[in-house]
Amino acid sequence: MAKWILELQDIYKDYMQGKLVVPVLKAVNFRMREGEYVAIMGPSGSGKSTLMNIIGCLDLPTKGKIFLDGNDISTYSENELSDIRLKTIGFVFQRFHLLARQSALANVEMPLGYAHVPRRERRERAFRALERVGLADRVNFLPNQLSGGQMQRVAIARAIVNNPKLLLADEPTGALDSKSGAQVMDLFEKLNEEGVSVLMITHDRNIARQAGRMVTIFDGELR
Amino acid sequence: MIENIRLAFRGILAHKFRSFLTMLGIIIGIAAIMAIYSVITGTNEQIKEDLIGSGNNAVTVTLYQGDYQYEAEYGSGTPPILTQKLKDRVKSLAHVTGATFYYSRDYTQNVFYMNTRFSGGKIYGVDSDYLETCAYQVIGGRGFVPQDYARFAKVALVDANASESLFQGVHPLGKTIEIGQEPFVVVGIIDKKADAMPKVETMMEFNEYYSSTVGTIFIPDKSWPTVFKFDEPMNAVVKADNTDNMSTVGKAAADVLNESIGSATSNFVYKADDILEKVRNTQQLQQSTNMLLIVVAAISLVVGGIGVANIMLVTVTERTSEIGLKKAIGARKRTIRAQFLTEAIVLTSLGGIIGVLGGLGLSKIVSNVMEVPTALSLTAIAVAVSVSMLTGIISGLFPAIKASNLNPIDALRSE
Repeated sequence: MAKWILELQDIYKDYMQGKLVVPVLKAVNFRMREGEYVAIMGPSGSGKSTLMNIIGCLDLPTKGKIFLDGNDISTYSENELSDIRLKTIGFVFQRFHLLARQSALANVEMPLGYAHVPRRERRERAFRALERVGLADRVNFLPNQLSGGQMQRVAIARAIVNNPKLLLADEPTGALDSKSGAQVMDLFEKLNEEGVSVLMITHDRNIARQAGRMVTIFDGELR
Repeated sequence: MIENIRLAFRGILAHKFRSFLTMLGIIIGIAAIMAIYSVITGTNEQIKEDLIGSGNNAVTVTLYQGDYQYEAEYGSGTPPILTQKLKDRVKSLAHVTGATFYYSRDYTQNVFYMNTRFSGGKIYGVDSDYLETCAYQVIGGRGFVPQDYARFAKVALVDANASESLFQGVHPLGKTIEIGQEPFVVVGIIDKKADAMPKVETMMEFNEYYSSTVGTIFIPDKSWPTVFKFDEPMNAVVKADNTDNMSTVGKAAADVLNESIGSATSNFVYKADDILEKVRNTQQLQQSTNMLLIVVAAISLVVGGIGVANIMLVTVTERTSEIGLKKAIGARKRTIRAQFLTEAIVLTSLGGIIGVLGGLGLSKIVSNVMEVPTALSLTAIAVAVSVSMLTGIISGLFPAIKASNLNPIDALRSE
């Protein structure tokens, strides 16, 4: 039995709206094994993005515990959380978030710089990551010279370049046409087969169905 | 670090014109400070050289009665007499390379050549060390020789100004002049050595040197009593081994001479000109006016710094999404802070370097147009560049902190 890569215990998240306390997440319990491919599905406003931010260490829960790769990160300092985001988690966003002035290769290299990887090795690893997503021939292209699907694949290469244990994808096909969306989904499947745990958030049932397991979130509660 | 500098250059080059305008404040400020500073330094060097005389280092020790310089014509009491023994003692003091005693009358009325009165000129009775100690050279005829002193010869030397004002076109060598109704033969013309400026004692004399053309006549000190009084007091000039020792040497020599005075005639006192202090005073006067200019230039630097801060804030706002992404994929706060701080520092340093170059050019122009000397100072360049870097740190700090504190969730959402 593989061990848990992610474990959420009784997660609550409240937002303040003026003086009003708005509960967004209510007693969320969730576990995911290493190597699993899970989709969290829910309509907009269901709290799925908040959940994603909490799992991605960008936000802290009001209450509850999060274990990532066996470590309780609710006690971590800001710098330790940065390191988790750098090494343990890979992020893929709906709108790619590539730096427009930098080549595909430079974009992918960026996290390696934060990890203090030497220049030459950085270049090599970034190239191999681009190779893995099938863009070895687009290495020196600027984002605006790439199609949407290609941009998202560069973003995925950037997310996996540090060999994270968990790949988080927030509506990765949301800004893509169906054809390039399908390509991106194939890529996630391939990466999962290669051993990367993938957690995807989407509001699209057809996309969610391609995951190994599907969880639904509604009104801040997991079903 | 190198990575950050590269990033900074990329950011600056991405907005060339905007970056240049931002730098302009720093450039102008630094250039102005550099130009003013090099003019000040140059002028100070010039003042020091004018007042001290490079390579001479002579200090005058003058006899005072009470608060006033003693003058043989008007003074009362019995002034002290300087002996050869005292001169030997002065010469043996530390850092002293030469000493001479001399008689002097500053405004003589009883010197004539034919019918021309040497009005307002000076006459000095000097020993055999005088010319050497005060850096005079013979430019025509001869100097004084031992026989002149042994025979109480009635011979005289004139300086270039005296030869002009008294002889008015006639060649003075061999001519007889009348000093106190005694005939003296001019045997030589002397002038200050090229590397020695005049021995100046007061600011008045400094001005006088440039305006007075009357000049000085020198006779052997042994012959002095034939025209003036027997027991006239003398002043001394001591030469120090270097400029910085002038003050100490002057004081030590004055102390030796004062010992000889004795308590009976206590209102006489020898005082050394603290020429270095005069230099400092003159330089200070010059500096205080120029400091004002520097303050004005510094204000433009402050304004420039505010401009940089402003542009950096704009940059941070523009790149909110970039900052959010970087934080999301693992950049620490410190990394973000360093990136923006480096960009501000690179921006201002670049401005500083351009400013230094501009300032050097400006000071060259100023020195050519206004004919004031300028001096290039490596310290000033180093200070200017450091100040511009410091401006970058100060004005970049707040925007950089603001960038590093951005919440990545909000930052990612903004697009």
